[in-house]
Amino acid sequence: MELVKTNSAVTIFDRVKQKKPCPFGADGRCCKTCSLGPCRVSGTGDVGVCGASAEVIAARNFCRMVAAGTAAHSDHAREVALLFRDVARGEVPGFEIKDEQKLLQLALDFGVEIGSRHLQDIAIGVGERALAEFGKQEGELAFVKRAPLKRQELWRKLGIVPRGIDREVVEMLHRTSVGVDQDYRSLMRQGMRTALADGWGSSMIATDLQDVLFGTPAPVRGKVNLGVLREDEVNIILHGHDPLLPEVIVQAAQNEELLALARVKGAKGINLAGICCTANELVMRHGIPIAGAYLQQELAVTTGAVEAIVVDVQCIMPSLVQVAGCYHTEVITTSERAKLTGAVHLEFNHHNALEVAKKIVRRAVENYANRGAVDIPQDEMDMVAGFSRDTINYLLGGLHRASFRPLNANIIDGRIFGTTGIVGCNNPRVNAGYVHETLVRELIANNVLVVTTGCGAINAARAGLLRPEAAAEAGSGLREVCEAIGIPPVLHMGSCVDTSRILLLISEQVKEGGLGDDVFQRPSTACAPEWMSEKAIAIGQYAVASGVRTIFGASFPTTGSEIFSDFLFNEIEDLTKTKWVFEPDPLEMAQIILTHLGNKRKALGIDKTRKRIFYDMAMRRALDAF
Amino acid sequence: MSKIIASAAIRGARKIVDRAEKKWQQALDRWGANEPVGFPNTAYYLPIIYGILGLKVEKLADMEQVLHKCKLLLPPPVKATCHLPYLAPALDAGMATFFAEEIIEAIKYLEQPDSYTKQEDVTDSNIWLGAADDVILRKRGVEFVDGTAPGFAAILGAAPTKEIAVKIAQELQQKNLYVFMCAEHDGKRFSEQLLAAVVQIGWPVRLVSFGPEVSAVVFAIGFATRVALSFGGIEPGDYRKILIYNKDRVFSFVLPLGYVTDEWYANALGCVNWGFPIIADTPIPEILPIGICTNEHVVSNVPHDKIVAKAVEVRGLKVTVTEVPVPVAYGPAFEGERVRKEDLYLECGGGRTPMVELVITRPMNAIEDGKIEVLGPEITDVSAGAKLPLAIVVEVAGRTMQEDYEPILERQVHHFINYAQGLMHVGQRDIAWVRISKAAVDKGFKFHHLGALLHAKLHQDFGRIFDKVQVKIFTKENDVRALADQARMAYRERDARIEGMTDETTETYYSCTLCQSFAPSHVCIVSPERSGLCGSYNWMDCKAAYEINPTGPNQPVDKGECLNAKYGQWQGVNEFVFQASRQKIERYNFYTIINDPMTTCGCCECIAAVLPLCNGVMTVNREYAEMTPCGMKFTTLAGTIGGGITTPGFIGHSKFNICQKKFLAGDGGLKRVVWMPKMLKEMIAGRLQARAKEIGVPGLLEMIADETVGVTEEEILPFLEERGHPALTMESIM
Repeated sequence: MELVKTNSAVTIFDRVKQKKPCPFGADGRCCKTCSLGPCRVSGTGDVGVCGASAEVIAARNFCRMVAAGTAAHSDHAREVALLFRDVARGEVPGFEIKDEQKLLQLALDFGVEIGSRHLQDIAIGVGERALAEFGKQEGELAFVKRAPLKRQELWRKLGIVPRGIDREVVEMLHRTSVGVDQDYRSLMRQGMRTALADGWGSSMIATDLQDVLFGTPAPVRGKVNLGVLREDEVNIILHGHDPLLPEVIVQAAQNEELLALARVKGAKGINLAGICCTANELVMRHGIPIAGAYLQQELAVTTGAVEAIVVDVQCIMPSLVQVAGCYHTEVITTSERAKLTGAVHLEFNHHNALEVAKKIVRRAVENYANRGAVDIPQDEMDMVAGFSRDTINYLLGGLHRASFRPLNANIIDGRIFGTTGIVGCNNPRVNAGYVHETLVRELIANNVLVVTTGCGAINAARAGLLRPEAAAEAGSGLREVCEAIGIPPVLHMGSCVDTSRILLLISEQVKEGGLGDDVFQRPSTACAPEWMSEKAIAIGQYAVASGVRTIFGASFPTTGSEIFSDFLFNEIEDLTKTKWVFEPDPLEMAQIILTHLGNKRKALGIDKTRKRIFYDMAMRRALDAF
Repeated sequence: MSKIIASAAIRGARKIVDRAEKKWQQALDRWGANEPVGFPNTAYYLPIIYGILGLKVEKLADMEQVLHKCKLLLPPPVKATCHLPYLAPALDAGMATFFAEEIIEAIKYLEQPDSYTKQEDVTDSNIWLGAADDVILRKRGVEFVDGTAPGFAAILGAAPTKEIAVKIAQELQQKNLYVFMCAEHDGKRFSEQLLAAVVQIGWPVRLVSFGPEVSAVVFAIGFATRVALSFGGIEPGDYRKILIYNKDRVFSFVLPLGYVTDEWYANALGCVNWGFPIIADTPIPEILPIGICTNEHVVSNVPHDKIVAKAVEVRGLKVTVTEVPVPVAYGPAFEGERVRKEDLYLECGGGRTPMVELVITRPMNAIEDGKIEVLGPEITDVSAGAKLPLAIVVEVAGRTMQEDYEPILERQVHHFINYAQGLMHVGQRDIAWVRISKAAVDKGFKFHHLGALLHAKLHQDFGRIFDKVQVKIFTKENDVRALADQARMAYRERDARIEGMTDETTETYYSCTLCQSFAPSHVCIVSPERSGLCGSYNWMDCKAAYEINPTGPNQPVDKGECLNAKYGQWQGVNEFVFQASRQKIERYNFYTIINDPMTTCGCCECIAAVLPLCNGVMTVNREYAEMTPCGMKFTTLAGTIGGGITTPGFIGHSKFNICQKKFLAGDGGLKRVVWMPKMLKEMIAGRLQARAKEIGVPGLLEMIADETVGVTEEEILPFLEERGHPALTMESIM
């Protein structure tokens, strides 16, 4: 921080103190969908110029956040699908199908003929089918069928099964524009349909296609914190969300010629480190260290040790250019979608990716000589990442007995009290990092197994909670399970788009049996304690629509309307059998979660100690045995 | 914690795979790639590799890809800090361990063919039995399926003393569990400890000394794998089903006694894949959370006097042991136990004294249930070494009791007496033979207890077909002789009644779908003149089984209109078979090997095959392990035609069936038989000669070739010609 001051770099931590949130905007009562306003309504009875009440305004704003979040994930997914199709067609040099098994699974889910077809043809079919999901106008998204049957039935009954990804986003924006859908319940039905098009559509497509292209993540050791930057190496920070960028930069950074150049420039090597979800992609697929989460992007630059910060899309602070200006660091944008005034733009596409990557790495290497004073904090923390759904399945029984049975069995017998998915951002408006860490520690101490994605995962990693040794901090039951399997009590499942992995994990658990036949019956919750991005709202809403009790911290964008908030916090339960909860305090949050898990255990009848069953021959015969 | 276990298991697995690779390389250098390898007399190759990977290891060269798979499965060592998850990799390492050990053991068979006895019993010079062949598998494996044996305890190492070893073994036997033993601890081995304590070991007493080294664990796990393959009907390579079948059906566990080495850990983790938990007597770390096994995975530091109870608890096994009021241990595990001369207290029958057993139906009011009378001297009245005449008369009464069930109940006397520890029973009817050991008498066993155990067990197993039973034990010579005469009359009447039954005069046949669990489309139909191909069920047995369990696998089948009298085909039978085979089999014939022969399930006692050159058929019994004139060994034949399919030219049948009148009647009958193993000829010689006389070829037995004549059609044809075998002049069989 001292260094930050001396170089007169202003960071988010300074700005957040000066910039108070607009109170009407913060709680959802500001409407600017037309030029009659912006109208700020103050509570019951007050309406905008057009007559829109607080609940209509809050609902429209909320639904627009869902649409924006879904749009972000879907545009990411579209890019991946395009890349996937082009790779399948053999048009992208240096890329190939890495996970054949998963490709075949996708082909089955998409109804792409397998037969004796060539793998490449199957892949082209899958790519085309995936792309078609975006522009589909009618019917149902293919992955809806991956949800538990009961949940699918409920969605159909409520009329919220997404038809096509783009259609839902567009319709959401239409409905929320001036003078269209002005009933909050009706708006929210489309809000749920849009969110489901994210979770069971775009996010899931992105995750699965990325796995097939880049390999399904498996457990891997990594390191986290700014201490991963190297004083004597060229440091390149990769930041953003699209996995293509890191994949090719990783290849380029291993280029002998560039390594030689680095040595010529006096550096011992080329060190890559990630920020935000790019970091999650890098660590789980390559074991490349994480410099930090969203909030650390500027701080990484202020070490003076970063030759280039290379970004693609989402969660890039425009301030990076200003902060980098105080050092020798180059900010390099790479996506046609995301440019920063003042940054160097070297555009990636599927065909020139490696070439551009080499150019970027070369620039960074060349820039090494321009370094000034360097101050890298010594903090570095071990972590284990890469717990994809497939991997968890494997870890619970080995190659030959892989199944989710042990997970369910240990939930049923009480060693694991329940599970919670902790996702989302980190947020300087709260005691950043503290909220996450406190909540996670409280949960694991109470035997709640935590799965995590996005910056939430990085926060937990920085606190040392992704180390297997953290099992010592877990309650005795969870600790036993973790130590038996050799896992941390908090499982890193990927980037924020990979929250779809958690949906599938839930789905598998329901299918495995013993925890009810719909998602809402399971002792589990979702939580975004420090959320700030619209993507988090989309994720939260698809979680609620999928039957997961969802707790958000920090602030909540509808509290200005009592009526609409009551809908989200109560009435929605009549529809989805679960609801939203808002609670900023981490300890209170933990209590809410534990109470919910306890209630669900009770409803399932697994709140009492399970009696050991002794099997005689007749009972053994009755077991499925296959 | 399990990190220690996993780390050790992975180290152990690496060592074992390394050893297997070296052994294989040496063997390859010595014998060459085409040298045949395998365990004796089995159709399951190296069974774990075959079951899990679906690979047939038939020669040394085949082991290369298995070793390659082992290496793919072997995980890196577990790091001290910030380690990656280890349980799953350790389970994989355990699996690799088994593949490697099967290779090691198979090469051992090659290097030292006499390492193992290759039979059910130990010999004077060798106490290690090695892999169970398919005969043992069939005989013993079925006990795992029907629940007679709930599972097995795989014991590694040795108990601290031989007395403790005996206690543990006996406790396991009393729970009807098999005990599979291997490996050594501190220079001692559990099998040797039992022998030192003069305990009989071997398959017949369920104390199986597989091998001296830890690698012999694969004989136990290979057995479990074959149970799933053969009785579970699971395809080789469908590893998941094989493992879950074992977890849910074969309630086994592992008892490592003594210091747990890295290699032991590797084997133990391998067993966890099958759902078999580890219960150790040493303070090793524990793995308590559930999931892969039914309950805990590793439980340790269990005192020896609690270890069996603990193991049964951890496995979640409910052992239903009937209380049989006898002062000695009692259970099927003791059935194969012998009483040697030096241990003998008292002997009855066996040609030394008259002995007879008879089950007879009486009116209800003539029987007092549970009444046991000993008429004549009790055991306590004679001194060691005595011989006494003995008649055991079991009188039953009941509303559903029929005279036809008498022989079925009578056959049980043999088993039920044998179940008592220290008693040996051989034979039946008036050729029975009982030995009672000093140890049993020391514990207070008396003749009275023979009655008590028969009363208890008959009620337990056959209570549905009678209501009351009382037992009279006669030990005075005059009484016994008189009863024997009376019994012989009863036997004659009974035999005449059964033999007089024909397929034509019987309207109701019985189905047997007991084997559908492993041959899903197989349906046996048992008629009076075609007993079940497994040799275990004749028509009467099926009828009684239906009475005992009306919803069980034996159902009455109204045979309906006769469609073909020569080949034996009926409308009603076809309809039943079509439905019970789940629409797989539309029709079959009873009396022919050529046209739509009956399906075969794989547990047949014999398999007949057409020998076109000789214009006849051969038949081979399961016990005969060598080549036959049809070019296949029994195991290959069973693998080819078993599984519930109908295969023209081949048919499974029982030994008894060979001399029944309808045996291949449509193809010319017994006269078609041109070859069978010598041992089979000897087994059925009496009945075969009688039947040969009936059909007018009294010298047929001498005309049938066996392996001493030849094992190819070309070799036996001149013999048949020389002896004038009738098949040569019959119409063409094809």
